[in-house]
Amino acid sequence: MREVGQFEYFVIPFLFGMAFVLGYCIIGMVRVILELPQCDRRRFFISLITPKTIWKNIRDIFLNCLIHVKLWKRKPLLGFMHSSIAFGWFMLILIGHIQVLWFIPGRIHTFYHAIFFNFFVEETEPSVAGAVLAFLMELSLLLVLTGIGLAMVKRVASLLFGMRRTTRPSLLDRVGLYSLWAIFPLRLLCEGFVAHVSGGSFLTLPLNWVFRQFLSNPDNMVLTWWGYSLALCVFMCVLPFTRYMHIPAEMLLIPVRNAGIKIRHPRKGFAKLEYYSCPGCGVCIDACPMSVKKANIKDATVYLNRQLRRGNEKRIEEISDKCLLCGKCTALCQVGCQGPELRVAQRSLRTYGLTPDYAALPLDGIKERLAGEGEVLYFAGCMTQLTPAISRATESVLRKAGVPFKRMDPMGEEGLCCGRPLLMAGRTDAARELMARNRELILASGCKTLLLSCPICYRVFAEEYDLPGVRVVHHSVYFEELAAAGRLAIPRLSQRPLVYHDPCELGRGCGIYDEPRSLLGRVGRVVEGEKHHEQAICCGGSLGSLSLGFDKRKDMTLNALRNLCVEDPEAIVTACPLCESSFARYADRPVRDIAEVVDAAVPASAPHPADVLAQK
Amino acid sequence: MDFGFSLSPSSAVNLDTVDLSLFRKVEARCPDIRTCIGCGSCSATCMASAWSGMSVRQVILALQRGQLRQVEQKLSACMLCGKCTMVCPRGINTRNLILAVSREFKKEEAQ
Repeated sequence: MREVGQFEYFVIPFLFGMAFVLGYCIIGMVRVILELPQCDRRRFFISLITPKTIWKNIRDIFLNCLIHVKLWKRKPLLGFMHSSIAFGWFMLILIGHIQVLWFIPGRIHTFYHAIFFNFFVEETEPSVAGAVLAFLMELSLLLVLTGIGLAMVKRVASLLFGMRRTTRPSLLDRVGLYSLWAIFPLRLLCEGFVAHVSGGSFLTLPLNWVFRQFLSNPDNMVLTWWGYSLALCVFMCVLPFTRYMHIPAEMLLIPVRNAGIKIRHPRKGFAKLEYYSCPGCGVCIDACPMSVKKANIKDATVYLNRQLRRGNEKRIEEISDKCLLCGKCTALCQVGCQGPELRVAQRSLRTYGLTPDYAALPLDGIKERLAGEGEVLYFAGCMTQLTPAISRATESVLRKAGVPFKRMDPMGEEGLCCGRPLLMAGRTDAARELMARNRELILASGCKTLLLSCPICYRVFAEEYDLPGVRVVHHSVYFEELAAAGRLAIPRLSQRPLVYHDPCELGRGCGIYDEPRSLLGRVGRVVEGEKHHEQAICCGGSLGSLSLGFDKRKDMTLNALRNLCVEDPEAIVTACPLCESSFARYADRPVRDIAEVVDAAVPASAPHPADVLAQK
Repeated sequence: MDFGFSLSPSSAVNLDTVDLSLFRKVEARCPDIRTCIGCGSCSATCMASAWSGMSVRQVILALQRGQLRQVEQKLSACMLCGKCTMVCPRGINTRNLILAVSREFKKEEAQ
């Protein structure tokens, strides 16, 4: 290979675009890192030099940014489309640089030789390295072209790609999209024109032969190179203002998230990184339980991210307040954008003229009630008070298992809220005040286990409370442990099919999927709904939404019920009082809490032999 | 002169002259406030009512009468648990209502 040129004017648009996008991204990156609180920043820098996280970062960036593993898992064709463009393009850049290093190492610093390599070289004699590199190059180009062909099909037939609805692109998104589509066919044309000089492979050589049959003036081809360079320039210049910003943003998001950093400010630092990392693919639109019957489509996380980038406060408030915070968009999101956390952060921006004051709480009275022996402290929670069958069943199971317990909020007595509803509403200060009081009560009771019936309470006690020496456990997990230890004698009665509904806060929120199922498996045959585990559909009753009224939730509940009843179960079993009451309103079959099902299955018998011995 | 008793100020509410500005603002944010039938289900289930006298029904009543101090005194105990929303026979989104009042409320106007 021999160099035939050093510079041509058409590289200027490319260089301009490149300089602009690099400058923009570097300034943005520095700003985001500076916006992180100091402790988080230090944590981030330490993670960058920790071998374990370095490896995790490299693996995650490769698997998520280039291969798009999550999309492959969702629908292989969708995954192939995205990874062929991302991975193919990455390979074009990488091999382009290898070619420059191999043949014209003196030009590695110019940037444009790797992009316009074929224009600047002449193949003097065929070599194995040249042929292999050219082959790989054109294989990558073919991969990208296939991906772009699929992307064009997806715009008209997204259902083929497993997406019922996709995002409506904004004007600039369209500019970016069409320039991206233009880049690679133009590149093929450009390289086709010069393949008889620069050498080529299976794509460009035949193309070159066709061109030379009827094209003779070599000046024509420079125009195509201009077109290629301009397409690159347009794409890079609009990139920061379109959804394609996710390409650089995600590469920073992954190391920051792996450093264990959370959203601290609604618009700065990590939050900003999250909403710029949104690729706008629209997977969250189908995922959102609110989007049933084509309602609330514009309130999906992808639109929240778009409005956050634009700073449209009115829409940000609407979208943040409506969300049920079920977390399904995060579970399915390719980049793992935390829709619920982002929304709660936006809610916390509000100022209120009226601040809660819990000074009148009769803490001493409750403490008196909680005094005395007891191993387990049972906190039923506000929602369980509305479904007393659950707390009655829980108490009954505890008695049958011979577990001494105390009730923190007996029916009809004063009780406190766990604080999570306030946290969800973004009223963090009030929530902290309430939580401090709850903590005082729990520690004063002297119990070693805090048993919860409500996943909303369970999540906040497990995640936010500092309770040294106290185990926080949900009743579904606790009863499974009792059953596994033989303290609950459950006779296997029947093979009746029971479907288990994963409550959002217990499943996606706390990752508890298996214990309730194995407990239920002791009572009957567990069947699954159409969507389950992290893809379970919110019952529609969530406390997460501030503005969604009851009339608007009916369709969501009906949709979730239809999803659960595909296997025609005898009863719907869940582990959340809120899910139970939402479903019970419209279900055509019994809806039970897992505690009720277990209580009904365990015969009321004499206390456990171990307890009798202990009492003697 | 001390007679051993005194006259308490009149508690009559003149509905033609009360200041309904807060009620109107809340109404704009949460129109279903108008559909309240005053059944008291919200008060009966309220976790805070036992120790604070909190009652959404009475808050709505006080809003309609322009008694802002009562609104403040009752609402400040709310823990936003959402039980009142669950039991409301009219389907009023009481949590939204409470947040709307809290946002529009101005301390200096209540004095």
